[in-house]
Amino acid sequence: MTLLQVRDLDVTFDIRPRGAWPWTPSDRLSAVADLSFDLEEGTTLGVVGESGSGKSTLARAIIGTVPATGGEILWDGTDLRKLSPRARRTHRREVQMIFQDPLAALNPRMNVGEIIAEPLRTHQPDVTSKQARAKASEMMERVGLLPNLINRYPHEFSGGQCQRIGIARALVLSPRLVICDEPVSALDVSVQAQVVNLLKRLQKEMGLSLIFIAHDLSVVKHISDRILVLYLGRQMEQGAARDVVRRPRHPYTQALISSVPIPDPKRERARKRPVLSGELPSPVNPPSGCVFRTRCPKAQPDCAVGRPPLLDVGDGHLVACPYQEVMETVA
Amino acid sequence: MVAQLGTAEDNVEAAGMEPVRGRSLWSDARQRFFANKAATGGLVVLVLVVLFALFGQTVAQWSNEEIDWSLLGNIPQAGGPSIANGHYFGVDETGRDLYARVVQGSRISLMVGIVGALISVVVGTLWGAVAGYVGGKTDTVMMRIVDLMMSIPYMFVLILLLVVFERSLVMLFIGIGLISWLDMARIVRGQTLSLKNKEFVEAAIATGVRTPTIIFRHIVPNLLGVVIVYATLLVPSMIIFESFISFLGLGVQEPSTSWGALINMGASNLRNETPWMLGFPLAVFVISLFAFFFVGDGLRDALDPKDR
Repeated sequence: MTLLQVRDLDVTFDIRPRGAWPWTPSDRLSAVADLSFDLEEGTTLGVVGESGSGKSTLARAIIGTVPATGGEILWDGTDLRKLSPRARRTHRREVQMIFQDPLAALNPRMNVGEIIAEPLRTHQPDVTSKQARAKASEMMERVGLLPNLINRYPHEFSGGQCQRIGIARALVLSPRLVICDEPVSALDVSVQAQVVNLLKRLQKEMGLSLIFIAHDLSVVKHISDRILVLYLGRQMEQGAARDVVRRPRHPYTQALISSVPIPDPKRERARKRPVLSGELPSPVNPPSGCVFRTRCPKAQPDCAVGRPPLLDVGDGHLVACPYQEVMETVA
Repeated sequence: MVAQLGTAEDNVEAAGMEPVRGRSLWSDARQRFFANKAATGGLVVLVLVVLFALFGQTVAQWSNEEIDWSLLGNIPQAGGPSIANGHYFGVDETGRDLYARVVQGSRISLMVGIVGALISVVVGTLWGAVAGYVGGKTDTVMMRIVDLMMSIPYMFVLILLLVVFERSLVMLFIGIGLISWLDMARIVRGQTLSLKNKEFVEAAIATGVRTPTIIFRHIVPNLLGVVIVYATLLVPSMIIFESFISFLGLGVQEPSTSWGALINMGASNLRNETPWMLGFPLAVFVISLFAFFFVGDGLRDALDPKDR
């Protein structure tokens, strides 16, 4: 069953130029443009792209902390953008979020029990504080924290433990969708694996759907069923995780994947890999046509003319490049 | 293990463990505060001053209204501090016991300082937190109101108020209340602006917590450190403010008195060779202000160990 359908999502911010007169028009920053994808119940969508590619904006548009300026976000067929603010707030119990900086996401003045129970107190005001505490300690156990630490404060925990607290808070209401905004980027590699495996286990136990955002493909491919590659807020490629990682077709995805080092010096030295030069262009003034053309190794003159359409190359594998070709990877 | 410290909790008992008591940022700050000798000393002095204001009268042998007729006429010679006749601090120009007068003045001055600080804490914190958190047009309007009120020469307005209406303690409180929260509102708004972009606030929004709850549960507790520090430093400045008004002869009215009024009286009698009339009120005033500043400094270091 399809849980979430995003259709032609646009998120645009008005940027006031510095020292502008009140009547000068604002600059338009298009953070996400024309984005569409489906998320099946119980599956994971990985979203990758470099910094500034609109991954976090996408997450915030779905959860509703940033207003979408166009398109539809269909949840079980109803458009979240058309809900009243009140209905939208009640709906938030279905979608929860896990944040990048585990410590910053926890209020330093609240203890762990209060933090984990907060969604419960918000959406079920009739829960007694004793029940809330019991539920919080049950959640702590589920995410692998000792329940006797319930009176501790966030600064007394390590980064990995803080992220587990964040996960417990996100799951206490048994939501249907959890958006993970780079949940492991701030953690050690060894802790990353623990947290990713914890998420996978909890997903299986609770039947969660996940949107997993990261800039590190090696983490995403481990957890995702489908992968969405973003560049400057536009989708470059989308497909089943295996396909995208093993046989990337878009030049940008190919560059991203080849930037993941192979843990074998001989093979690493032997392989040819396209290297991207230059910086991400400004989203206030994106390149015409294909936004990636300024850094693309295969760019042709006509790339500047029109936005390349998404080509379906089979099995729901979509590529936004007319010059796409398969690159076999060793990953 | 520290498990004995924790309170028993049945749900956790099932797991065979008692909860460990966490160390909140507040208890950390308390420890740092009491490790600071100057601040602890200031706090002790402050407690003594408050006790003096509350219970000092019980030790006095004269009330603050009685006139010692036996001294009237030769106050410069016989009115000085003495244990023998029960005037520990001497007598004032009209022959009233200065010790009792200082106790009475301390009450008024401390009350003015505390009321001013309380108004500023409550009004300033709410005003600043709402303006900063809601932002946009609300913020602009609320902060322009603050700017407007700040641009009024309040001393002039207060003097007018006290002249036009009857001079009274209530009027003084109104005047102090009007101005004391402005700076606090600005400080709190600035802090709120940086707080509201923290991820834990976003997490609360994403969870669906209502805006007023976010302000009270997530913004205000994280502001309190700054607010408390500023409030303890505001108490002495309110006292100084009141003293200045009283020194000008516009503050509290006879027979009531305050530190400022007593210092004023002492200063005008300096030529009559009665130094105790200035010395004792001034000493209590200075000691209390020092204590307040030490406590304020100590609190700042304790609550904000990062920006020392």
